[in-house]
Amino acid sequence: MSLNTVWFVLVTVLFIGFFFLEGFDFGVGMLLPFLGKDDNERRAIINAIGPVWDGNEVWMVTAGGALFASFPNVYATLFSGFYLALVLMLVALILRGVSFEFRGKRSGKKWHSLWDWAIFTGSLLPALLWGVTVANLMRGFAIDQDMNYFGGLLPLLNPFALLGGVVFVSLFIMHGANFLARKVSPELAQKAKQFAFSSWIIATVLTVGFLAWTFIATDILTKPGINGLIPAILAAFALLITGWLIRTGKSGWAFITGSLVIVFATLMVFAGLYPRILISTLDPSWSLTIMNAASSPYTLKVMTIVAAIFLPVVLVYQGWTYWIFRKRVEANPEKLVY
Amino acid sequence: MDALILSRWQFAVTTIYHFFLVPLTLGLSLLVAIFESRYVATGDETYLRLTKFWGRIFLINFAAGVVTGIVQEFHFGMNWSGYARFMGDIFGAPLAIEALLAFYLESTFIGLWVFGWDKLPKRMHLAAAWLVAIGSNISAVWILIANSFMQNPVGYAIENGRAVMTSFLALITNPNLPYQYFHVLAAGICTAGFLVLGFSAWHLLHNQDASIQLFQKSFRWAAVFALIGAITVGLLGDAHGKFLGKTQPMKIAAAEALWSTQDPADFILVASIDEENLENKFEVTIPSALSFLLYNRFSGPVEGLNDLQEDAVQMYGPGNYIPPVTISFWSFRIMVGSGLLMLLLALLALLQPRLKFLKQSRLFLKLLLPAILLPYIASTFGWILTESARQPWIVYGLQMVQDAVSPNVTAGTVLFSLILFTVLLGGLIGVTGWLIFTSGTSQPQPVGAEARVDK
Ligand code: HDD
Ligand code: HEM
Ligand code: HEM
Repeated sequence: MSLNTVWFVLVTVLFIGFFFLEGFDFGVGMLLPFLGKDDNERRAIINAIGPVWDGNEVWMVTAGGALFASFPNVYATLFSGFYLALVLMLVALILRGVSFEFRGKRSGKKWHSLWDWAIFTGSLLPALLWGVTVANLMRGFAIDQDMNYFGGLLPLLNPFALLGGVVFVSLFIMHGANFLARKVSPELAQKAKQFAFSSWIIATVLTVGFLAWTFIATDILTKPGINGLIPAILAAFALLITGWLIRTGKSGWAFITGSLVIVFATLMVFAGLYPRILISTLDPSWSLTIMNAASSPYTLKVMTIVAAIFLPVVLVYQGWTYWIFRKRVEANPEKLVY
Repeated sequence: MDALILSRWQFAVTTIYHFFLVPLTLGLSLLVAIFESRYVATGDETYLRLTKFWGRIFLINFAAGVVTGIVQEFHFGMNWSGYARFMGDIFGAPLAIEALLAFYLESTFIGLWVFGWDKLPKRMHLAAAWLVAIGSNISAVWILIANSFMQNPVGYAIENGRAVMTSFLALITNPNLPYQYFHVLAAGICTAGFLVLGFSAWHLLHNQDASIQLFQKSFRWAAVFALIGAITVGLLGDAHGKFLGKTQPMKIAAAEALWSTQDPADFILVASIDEENLENKFEVTIPSALSFLLYNRFSGPVEGLNDLQEDAVQMYGPGNYIPPVTISFWSFRIMVGSGLLMLLLALLALLQPRLKFLKQSRLFLKLLLPAILLPYIASTFGWILTESARQPWIVYGLQMVQDAVSPNVTAGTVLFSLILFTVLLGGLIGVTGWLIFTSGTSQPQPVGAEARVDK
């Protein structure tokens, strides 16, 4: 495998990690106002992701940094092209990032509900916008000869991309509900299970529609050579099983298969793109690929060594954190941190 | 206004916001870890209470530091895509490594630290505190490796119109780095020292009860901390200046508003600078002192802006290579001035328990509260000096700022995001400052209170 491919795979892995881990954080954030009746319940919900959300968000930061280091042209084209979408996402992430910490620093209904809504919006918007972004990656956009996209925000909000956004939102809500079903006290978990099932129904309908549209409108599932068909089938299959597991109350397993949905869906996208990264709809030869967008072989080599040493270390200590905090969070104000 | 100017404003505003939070993270993470180490080593509950009291402020600050940092990371692609394409091969690497080595470490272990009080054994919990502190400092090293390259490019070649890395080792052993990193670290230590001093002084003024002993303790620790910071920041700054005299003579000439080459060169204390006519209307000087600062002897040539401009035209073609002199000159003086004032205050604070007139002086304690701002002022103007005296280059000698900006982002769009970020992040900094103030002036938890940092 060439180093360019290695880095394509590594970037894929980082995005899988990001969508899988932040996915349930975002889901939990979106569920917060609906699941938690009173302040205690809401605090229990926030505390369920309290120790880990920041570490999860770093997957996004690292994915961005890795993209910058390995495919600087992709980073430049994508981030400058999707400027306004990213501004919105940043605003959302800013609000969300401080609200966990700020919320618990004072008492008072107004103060709490302010930050609850910040958490909700701050989770909804990024989930939606990442879905929109990924769908646009699948469809391609108007990249010119010099690797620049001049179209602005509106063409990015096409129906296909918006559907992609809603798919992300619904999958993340389901993922978050499954997570909570394992992490909060039994009564609250019961409610989470109900939410998991209704969001599963919606997610399934939307996902099937999105896959069909993907089949018609993009070459992600059909292009010769490596494409996204097999992961797409696996994702659909995992989604069906998830519904059954939720129905039969096996929320731990449902969380795992739900995670697989996200993993396979992300794989589908990247496999369907390979070896392109950003597809130009103006002229296929203007697309950014793992060759014309990449850093020099030397930089890729250095970065490969660094990643090979440190990514496993990160996995070990993050995994260990989850182990430490594996117990359910009680809605007991004496025991809650945030 | 065009997209370039607006993008520069946006970058300047958001990094300054970010750097309002960074130094305290760097310094206070260390101080909190030291307090917790004392607690684990001695079993003295006072240190546990100190850990929690100052830890709370650390956490508020940290959260705001994280979110402003994410904005910075996105910036390079959003507003400076020309830069990202030209420099990505070199610049992306330290940024990615920073995330991989430092951000994961900080953010994972901070979760363990906050939530792990009753889940981890004491020593493990202490290890989490140190890993957070180490993570923050590793992060500073890598981002400053990136910034050092922009100040002093090393280990690169230009191929097909872009800069490529030829030596990773050269990149991470950039001679500019040690000066910059330790100067920044010392600035962080000052910031934490003065914050703890200021709020401890507030408690010494307002508290009568048993907790006064707690704040006497943190006062003493902070005085030592602040003094160490203030001494090192000055020594290193001086050394850095000498280094820059060789690598970025234009920067030194701008910081000193020295228009024509002199030998020996005078140090200009204050000046009225006329950037149009390339001269100073009025100046107060110390004869030969600039030569002394750069060479440790009262002679030696220091090149002036006008001569350097001619050299630059020879080397890079026609253009204006003189950075904004007034900004550089005064930024430097504000930074150094604050630094000297801090040195004095830290020294007095250290002597306070021993000197009778200080011990009885309420005025001195009152002064320490606003003095919390001094390191912030110094750091901000330090960066303004570093960055604006590098103009018009974004990467010294390699790329101009005007070639770095994204060609596809319109002025209107940037204006929108500039206003949004300025207001939103400004509000955020305001709330952070207010929460820090209320936490700093709140009563510490009694001994043996539940084992939590937060409420
Ligand atoms: C000398 C230190 C220093 C400097 C010059 C910068 N930062 Fe910073 N940054 C830190 C020191 C730091 C830190 C101490 O590690 C922070 C601050 C507070 C915190 O939580 O971590 C941080 C946080 C932080 C984060 C959030 C990390 C997380 O999610 O945990 C990002 C993405 C960045 N920074 C990126 C940047 C970029 C792109 C910069 C260039 C303009 C930059 N920082 C300048
Ligand atoms: C690795 C870290 C940093 C990098 C890569 C960096 C890079 C840049 C870039 C790309 C610009 C915009 C172009 C320009 O106008 O020059 C800039 C400007 C600026 N930066 Fe930095 N910067 C870094 C850290 C900081 C920090 C932490 C601060 C301060 C808090 C800071 C303060 C400024 C200021 C004040 C300007 C505006 C200068 C001017 O336009 O005159 N920088 N820097
Ligand atoms: C007391 C004497 C001081 C001297 C002689 C001094 C010197 C310098 C110099 C020469 C620079 C420019 C470095 C460059 O352009 O790359 C600088 C930058 C800076 N200074 Fe200072 N400084 C002093 C005090 C302080 C204090 C007290 C603080 C904060 C507490 C501070 C914070 C900074 C920061 C954050 C920067 C930008 C980062 C860097 O480039 O190192 N300085 N200083």
